[in-house]
Amino acid sequence: MLLELEDIQFTWPGASRPVLDISAFAMAEGEKVFLYGPSGSGKSTLLALIGGLIAPDQGHIVCKQQSLDTLSRRGRDRFRAAELGVIFQQFNLLPWLDLENNVALPCRFSRQRAERAGDVKGEARRLLAAMDLPKPDWTRRADGLSVGQQQRVAAARALIGQPALILADEPTSALDTDRRNGFLDLLFNQVDQAGSGLLFVSHDQGLASRFDRQLDLRAINQAEVLS
Amino acid sequence: MILARLAWRSLLNRRFAVILTISTIALSIGLLVLVEQLRAEVRQGFQRSVSGTDLIVGARTADVHLLLYSVFGLGDATNNISVETYREILDQPGVVWVIPIALGDSHGGFRVIGTSELFLERFRYANRQPLELAQGQWFDDLFEVVIGHQVARQLNYSLGDEIVLAHGSGNVVLESQMHDNHPFTISGILAPTGTPVDSQLYISLQAHRAIHIGWEGGTRRPGAEVPKDIARDNIDRLEPTSLTALFVGLERRAAVFGLRDWIRNYRQEALTGILPTPTLQELWRITGVAEQVLRLVAGLVVLAGLLGMLTVLLTTLNERRREMAILRANGARPWQIAGLLVFEAGLIAAAGILAGLLLALAVQAASAGWLLNHYGLFIETRLPDPTLWKVLGGILGAGLLVGLVPAWMAYRRTLADGMQIRH
Repeated sequence: MLLELEDIQFTWPGASRPVLDISAFAMAEGEKVFLYGPSGSGKSTLLALIGGLIAPDQGHIVCKQQSLDTLSRRGRDRFRAAELGVIFQQFNLLPWLDLENNVALPCRFSRQRAERAGDVKGEARRLLAAMDLPKPDWTRRADGLSVGQQQRVAAARALIGQPALILADEPTSALDTDRRNGFLDLLFNQVDQAGSGLLFVSHDQGLASRFDRQLDLRAINQAEVLS
Repeated sequence: MILARLAWRSLLNRRFAVILTISTIALSIGLLVLVEQLRAEVRQGFQRSVSGTDLIVGARTADVHLLLYSVFGLGDATNNISVETYREILDQPGVVWVIPIALGDSHGGFRVIGTSELFLERFRYANRQPLELAQGQWFDDLFEVVIGHQVARQLNYSLGDEIVLAHGSGNVVLESQMHDNHPFTISGILAPTGTPVDSQLYISLQAHRAIHIGWEGGTRRPGAEVPKDIARDNIDRLEPTSLTALFVGLERRAAVFGLRDWIRNYRQEALTGILPTPTLQELWRITGVAEQVLRLVAGLVVLAGLLGMLTVLLTTLNERRREMAILRANGARPWQIAGLLVFEAGLIAAAGILAGLLLALAVQAASAGWLLNHYGLFIETRLPDPTLWKVLGGILGAGLLVGLVPAWMAYRRTLADGMQIRH
């Protein structure tokens, strides 16, 4: 198993009720999971938990045989840097940094990522090319790109150094329908090559059928959701 | 190192605000350095003003007062001393020379000193440096005058010019108070010294006496003045009746305390004798308050500069929340993000200090001539002394401490924001 969650509960500080209460959730190696659910159902919280940015109040998270809940915060930071690739809805890139360096960023913070990438610069270029970004842009600042291009750079960055799991938080919501499918084609292609798992959070049911598995968060989250 | 490179790129991206911040700090540092160095130079110039004189004697008054009017040409003597006293001091054992000084006249706001050629021969400034004539010679004729460097520069005088002295030491002199029946010819111009000597004019004691005949009441009695030719013919009879101060040189320095005691106990008239160096220090202690205030103000300006930096860092912190979240999601640890901000603050502070230092040096180099011309201040362009370097180091440290504030806030936020990007 790539990822296993067991009896997870999480309450944001100051909140009276837990936002997440998941008895079991698992992902296989290389599996692509489509996770959906209404706003406020705890999707972002779930990603932050898996990303190790927050720790559950109780329960176990195991990713790549590494138990995240017993790791120190520092250990979780290190684990995230080495094994997770993250794509946000938008504003993924450091606007003042060129594309190559934006893509190479995770390798700067994790030696394991850098070692797996090998030639970091070459790998960044390979991914930029694979994501269909025109070569003249590679050395330009990231804020000159269209939103669609920025999302593809973010995908390249998430993939560099072959992380075990890619977490994508509505990465296509800022794109129009044609571009969504194109983005997904490129992403899937590289995810398969890297052998990473993909946890893809989205409202967009039109994309769901392309994933190995579709999951409504409400089906696994027993916490009462205010909505 | 990755953090340094990221900080540099991020700063470059915000270069307008960053340059403004650096300029603010540079201005404050420039002010601080200038104040400190000017202060040191002024103080040094102060100490340079008299040297080689063992004792200054005048009518009884406060030590500092005597120093002010005899050396710096500030304020007026309350009383004169008699010529008999002068002769008696000259006869004291160990006394090698006595420069007589008679004050009371001025020209164009500069003081006129009645003295003798002993002033040229014996007066010393800085490190026992003698006076030198840049042009011409010491006065020879009764109605010749020697002028200081500043007098010549500011009033644009040259050798042979005729000038009229004014009675009294003020800047504003009534027409009726001019010694216009006795114009003087400039016979010599002294080389610059960077001391009050530059701002004074020198005539003979006999000339001083001659132009005051008929002025005994303090103003001119019409018809009582002595024409120039008659004065010249009777030069032997023009002995001064009183003097304002005496500069005394001794054979052995150690004898100065004995002479001072003798002067204190002198019965014929009430006298004060001062040792120049300790009295200069006493005077400096008095003016030291102003000096401290100046320092305090400069220090506060630096503080304002650092607070300006804090403001900019905190304002940009909100805009950069996204940047922090991106770094964090890509593996940066909270301490690295905090370090980024401290590093940035340090870089801004260091750049500001460096720029401020260069600014101060440039101002010093540019204004040196002007200061010498207008204030007789001799300013050297030089790097800060070790103490000032320490202060600048301390300011850099303070800059880093200031950087800790946004760093701590960013640290807390990166922990609280989780993986979400807030806008």
